[in-house]
Formats: sequence, structure tokens, C-alpha cells
Amino acid sequence: MRTSGDVESLFPRLEPLLSRVSKPIQYVGGELNSRSKDWQSVAVRWALMYPDAYEVGLPNQGVQILYEVINERADALAERTYSVWPDLEALLREHGIGQFTVDSHRPVAAFDLLGVSFSTELGFTNLLVALDLAGIPLHSVDRDESHPIVIAGGHAAFNPEPIAAFIDAAVLGDGEQAVGAITDVVRDAKDDGASRVELLERLASTGGVYVPGFYDVDYRPDGRIAAVRPNRPGVPERVVKHTIMDLDEWPYPRTPLVPLAESVHERMSVEIFRGCTRGCRFCQAGMITRPVRERSIEGIGRMVEQGLRATGFEEVGLLSLSSADHSEIGEIAKQLADRYEDDKVSLSLPSTRVDAFNIDLANEFSRNGRRSGLTFAPEGGSERLRRVINKMVSKDDLIRTVTAAYSQGWRQVKLYFMCGLPTETDEDVLEIAEMAHDVIRAGRAATGSRDIRCTVSIGGFVPKPHTPFQWAAQADPETVDSRLRKLREAINADRSLGRNVGMRYHDGEPSLVEGLLSRGDRRVAAVIERVWRDGGRFDGWSEHFSFARWMTACANAGVDIGWYTTRERSADEVLPWDHLDSGLDKQWLWDDWQDALAEFEQDDCRWTPCFDCGVCATMGTDIQVGPTGRRLLPLLARPTSGVTVVDGATSS
Amino acid sequence: MVQRIRLRYAKRGRLRFTSHRDFARAFERALRRAEIPMAYSAGFSPHPKISYVGASPTGVASEAEYLEIGLARRVDPQAVRRELDAALPPGLDITEAVEAGPGSLAERMHAARWRIEFDAPAPEVAAALAALLATSQALVERRTKDGRKLVDARAAILAATVVDPGNGPEGHQRAIMDAVVRLTTPAIRPDDVLAALAAVGGLARTVPARAVRLAQGPLDGSGGVSDPLALDRAMGVGPVGTGVREDATQLDEANS
Repeated sequence: MRTSGDVESLFPRLEPLLSRVSKPIQYVGGELNSRSKDWQSVAVRWALMYPDAYEVGLPNQGVQILYEVINERADALAERTYSVWPDLEALLREHGIGQFTVDSHRPVAAFDLLGVSFSTELGFTNLLVALDLAGIPLHSVDRDESHPIVIAGGHAAFNPEPIAAFIDAAVLGDGEQAVGAITDVVRDAKDDGASRVELLERLASTGGVYVPGFYDVDYRPDGRIAAVRPNRPGVPERVVKHTIMDLDEWPYPRTPLVPLAESVHERMSVEIFRGCTRGCRFCQAGMITRPVRERSIEGIGRMVEQGLRATGFEEVGLLSLSSADHSEIGEIAKQLADRYEDDKVSLSLPSTRVDAFNIDLANEFSRNGRRSGLTFAPEGGSERLRRVINKMVSKDDLIRTVTAAYSQGWRQVKLYFMCGLPTETDEDVLEIAEMAHDVIRAGRAATGSRDIRCTVSIGGFVPKPHTPFQWAAQADPETVDSRLRKLREAINADRSLGRNVGMRYHDGEPSLVEGLLSRGDRRVAAVIERVWRDGGRFDGWSEHFSFARWMTACANAGVDIGWYTTRERSADEVLPWDHLDSGLDKQWLWDDWQDALAEFEQDDCRWTPCFDCGVCATMGTDIQVGPTGRRLLPLLARPTSGVTVVDGATSS
Repeated sequence: MVQRIRLRYAKRGRLRFTSHRDFARAFERALRRAEIPMAYSAGFSPHPKISYVGASPTGVASEAEYLEIGLARRVDPQAVRRELDAALPPGLDITEAVEAGPGSLAERMHAARWRIEFDAPAPEVAAALAALLATSQALVERRTKDGRKLVDARAAILAATVVDPGNGPEGHQRAIMDAVVRLTTPAIRPDDVLAALAAVGGLARTVPARAVRLAQGPLDGSGGVSDPLALDRAMGVGPVGTGVREDATQLDEANS
């Protein structure tokens, strides 16, 4: 365990280096609503990391929530750390300065816990950079009482096996309550003088913290997993995810961080519900965050009000996996738009679906702004493929929706698709071109103008754990690239329509690596380590990603990337994450996979009877949806102290 | 717009790494948090009326940055100063506010006074400075968005001295340069002066140096930089406005 001695700030040594790096403001902290608690005043100290650049990591809601929840405790503190860019990394190594937190510039190695939030597997190499910079041994087995406990969280932690060697523990699901429980265990263990292993045993025995070192994996001669078993008593066979049941009890972040540096989301976010039961079969987020739990209209109103007052942001994003699905979204949109119409605060609703109701919402949100662009996500090019992925949008729906959008003054429509979906053929993808052409035709007819824009944005599909597609073969990059080439040709085949269609896509190679890391097992760790030693970092950035580096590392580590990615799994295969319980019943997932292949759709349990996905039964949870029929709460009275001057006389 | 207020602000400590763009974003958010009744530009996407005057470069601390805001309602400048300062993070500090008098603030900015602290023996820095001042021109290269260009770092220096403040906290030798620099276009920055001290005076480029802008404004008769807000202050102000928030005013009136 960590001793209680004081820890000096690294800032005096860091400061002279900052004028030599790009955007030094990202390393200095001091953001509005950031906190810096006294080191000696608390028992448990967390370093929270988002393993990407500050501009991406700072807006992350998960980190901001945990930062605030932990810092509200009298007995704990949390500070943030982000990946440093290679220019600063080189200087830190040259001057012997370790990975630091931006709040008080304390060395990450001095904390009790290092919590790392993984939204994507492409952050794995950045974990290794940070551990190495911090002076923390790369492998869990090499750490002792003087090192932090390294805990992974976030969606990618639902299969932490590829990084099992590098982390001490992983937590699945909602973190709000889990960090509190872990903090309690760590505090008591420090009081008791417990050893590192004892502490990990106590965490594992709760059933809600996965300690990979306490499980052994056996392999069959053909390379598949034979079994994953606990290797000591008191460790559960399966580790379950955490679920908070009342979002109104957790109105975080209450005081969102306001960066001085420019970040990817220059807005405040309010999560209006968590979970999604639309059942899109490709969507890991929708599967692992069940059930749907709505925040109440009053709770949303208060978070928007307090957050705006605390930050001064001029845009509020109402976040969730499918925001238009909130049972009272119409009232929320109208009442918020009424309230903030004169305040030059704009509202946005990411993640929406394809129907006319959406246009009404978008119109509410753009009352005093420009009707620039609307985004829809049909995801699959053909109606057949959309049945496979369970994204029930007909082409007629789409054309009706975009016609309404264009005729109400929207200037641009953006359409999201995926390429490389299970059962996909060239013809499915080529239908995207027809759809885009029809959108332009519909827009021209609706507006009488030829100047109509449609952007088609395409991502490579990566099968994810805990989804019905977890057994599917990933399409190889050559197939994806060739289909996208043909699609581009088809879009441009009609010049008069094609020139109004923009096409955005990435090549298929990064998706293959993401596929390896998503469905990999413990043997993939050797690849990650080799890539990192070979200079790999910031793999989510095209200017830093090197496919060749990953392929070389696979070859040298004896890992066949095709076996992990383009191979279809069978029903009886033990999957690397089977001992990690997202609540989804494996048999239900398999049946849904078979339904996908048979092109059968699955309903949404919010509006139809329960279809036994397994989550509520095993987790003791329930869907929580309105409508409640209530209204936004009245605005809070503003504080008036120290504000007012009347005729030159100050009164406070 | 019914009132213009001129503000002086400081960039201190670690927030000296705030770029001008970063500051502008933070300042607009602070205006909203503080509920300053801003006047907005007309047009399709209205912007609050803010004019910045000669911002110091990223990484350089400053005690003397200036801007002007236009308001839709009369308010007391001191209330604006207090509220805005509270709405900005510590290190970005609003230090003065006065109601704008006649004339343009930007046109009063003739020179700036810099203090540059070096971790080097004072005689060494003084010798480099003497060599620089002895020349009539010192062209240094500056990287810009459009490539590289040459600027003359010597011509803009009106006066400069070096003193020895004694050793620093870790026992290292220090030198402090005080320089008055004419605000030219493009403006000469501390970095340009450092480059010239290296090129002409032979001062090692690796010597750590920290710069802070102490003042900017009109040149006074004795070669110093005087307060650019003095004129506004001397004009006095008419009837002082109300508090920043209308409803707060009403509450206070009810209480008094």
C-alpha cells in the first residue's frame, strides 16, 4: 500500500518544457470546475485516465462523472491524467519526468489506484505508454505494494482479456456506485495493512471486480479456449456488471469541466437516458448497457440549468444511445427550447432515428439557429441487410423523412452506414448509391433547387463481444475496400446526382486491428506489447496508426490475426469473455444471431412484451421509462450576493 | 449598444500557456456565466461585441492585456469586473474596468514593457544585450502559418536594462531584463528578442527564460509606458448603471 508521505508537484520541472511542445495549455490543468484536494487529507487517491489526447479525453462523460463522485467524498481524491503527445513524451523521457496528473501535477505512480476508461480498444497501446512513463511495471505480476492498482473500465473493459496482463482489475458497467465500493475496500485494506494480493482478493470477493490474475485460461489443441477458471477460493466463477437504477439520484457531472484548450465537444452534455433496447445487433453499447433507464424531465431540466450556470457553455447536447426514444422527448425539446430561446443557448440531439417526428424535434432545437445539417443512420444499404442487423428503416421512411427535412429548410442530410456487415454482398452496399441518388432527387423535388447536399459516411463493421454478432466473421480489409471503391463508382456513375453526394470513409485496415483487440484473448497481449515497443501509440489517429507495425508484431508473436477476426465462431466455442456477465443470456444472443442470418427482426421490449434477453432477470433490474406527464421544474433563484450596484452604492 | 467598458486582465502562472483563441473562448463563456448584458452584432449568427487589443503570445505571462465589451444595458464597471473575474478560472484575472471614453483603445497602444527573467549570470545577459543594442538591425526568423519570415528585433527596442536580482530559490544565477518595445506590425515578441540575443549577443539559446508583459500603452515623455485607461478614467463616468442582473437589482432594491 501507498504510504502517506506528501508528494511533490512535478510542475516546476515540467514548466520549462512546455514552451517547446504543441498546445501546452492541455497539460496545465486549472480548468473551471477542476479540483485539487489536499493530498494528506484523504485516505484513498485515484488517478483517472482517459487514454487518448486531452482534447478527446477531457469531454469524456465517464471520467468527469467519476472525478466528481470521488472528489465529493471526504476520504478520497481524484485527479485526471491523459495521454501526452509524442513531442512531450520525448521531453519527459529526456528529463526523467513521469506521467503526471493535470490537476496537481502529481506523479501517477504515487496514487493508490489508476483507473483507466476505455471507450475503444485502440487506446490499449496508450495504456502501456502511460504505465511505462509512470514507472509502473508493465505487467501486473511485477507490481508490488508500492505501485497503484491499475483498474480498467468503460465499454472496452467488457472484454479486458487482451490487456489482462497489464491491468490488475477491471470493472464492468456503471461506475458511479462501483468506485465508491472500491474506495471503501481500498481504504479499509490500507487501515488493516493488507498486502496487495489481499486487497485484490477482497475486491474480487465482492463479485463486481474482475481480477484477471485470479483466473487461469486453458486452451484446446486447436487453439480455442477450453475453460476459464478461478485459481483460488473466494473468487466467483463469473463477474457481473454494475447497474445504477435511478439516474435522478446520480445527476453527474453537476459542474462539468470547462477546458481552456479546444476540445472535440465544445458543449455541455446531459445524459437523458442510459441503455437501449432497439436491439441493433451490431451495437455493443446497446447490448451491454441494458435495461433502459430514463432520467426524468425534471432531472434533465435541473442538470441543464445548473450545468449552464456552472460552465457558460452555449450548447447543450442531450445524450443517449438513441435520444429521440426518450418517452417525453417531445415535451423536453419544446420546454427547453422555450426556456432558452432568448439566451442564445443552442440544444442538440445526437443519435437520432429516421422518422418525421425527428424533424419536428430538430426544428424545435433550431428555432433561433441555422438549419444546416441533419444526420440519419440507416446503417445498412439494403432493406434485407437492415433486417439482418435489426435496424428497421424502410427506404420509403427515409425518403419521406429527408423530403420533410429539405422542405423545412434543412440544407444538408448526412447518412451513416457500415460496410462489412454479416451476410453483406456487393449489391447490398451498392444500394447505398441508389439511396443517395434518391435523396438528392427528393430534395430537389421538395425545394425546387438543384443545390442539395447529401453526405454518405461509412465505417467498417467490427464484431464486438456481448452482441449477437460476437460469433460472426469480420470482413477482411480487401473486401471492404473493394466494396467501397465500387460504391464510389456507382455514386459517380450519374454525374448530375453524384456531384451533390459526398462520400466519407476510412480504409479497412484499422478495423481489422480493432477486431483483433475487441475479440482477442490473453495471447493478444504479446502483440500489443510488441507494437508499443515498436513505437505504436495513438492508434485511433490515422497519422499515428501503422497497419504494418501491427502485422509485424502479430507475425513475431505467432498470432494469426485472421483466426481472431475473419473466423466465424461456432455455438459451442468458449469465448474469451464468457466469464464476464453483461446479463445477456448466451443462448438468447445465439438465437438472435440465428434470427439475423434468417433475416428475422426483433422488437423493442419497451413497447412489446419481454423477449428474455436475460439482463433484467439476472441483474435484478427493470426498464424505467415514462411518460410521467410532468414538466420542467421552475428555474432556481439565482444567488444575489456581491452582485448588485445601484447608483454607485455597493450592497451585497 | 448603450455602454462600452474597457477591461484590463492578467494571464498568470500556469494559465500563461493559454493562447489568445483559448482566452477568447473562456472569456465568452465567462460573459454568459456572469450574465453580463452583452450587446450582440446583427446578422444571421449574432456575436457578442468584444474587441481585443494586441494579445500577448502563448506562453508569455501578462499583467497588461486589454479588451473592450459593448453592453445592451448600463451597468457598473466594478460589478462587471468582479463578476467576470469570479467566472474565469484563477490565473485569468480581470484587474480593472472603466467605462470607455472617447477614441480607440487600440490607437493608444504604442509600446509595451516586458520583464524577462533568465536563468543565467547577469553579466552574461548584459553583455549580450549591449551587443544587440550596439547594432542597428537584428533580423530574426519567425515561423508563421505561411512559412518563415524575417522580422527586425532590434529596431523595436526603445530601451532595455539588465539587473542581477540575486540567486534563485535553487541557488541558480539569474538576470532580469526590463525592456520597452515599440508595438510595431508585426509586433516584436519576447521570443524574437531572445533569438536576437542569441544571434547577435551570443547568449545560449538553451537558457531558460520567462517573460511577462508588465504594461502596454502610450509612451510617456521619459520613455516609459503609461496607463492606456488614464484618459477614460479622467473623463469620469456619467450615472453609474445597475448590477449585472436585473432580477438581482430588484431584490436588492426591495431589501434596502
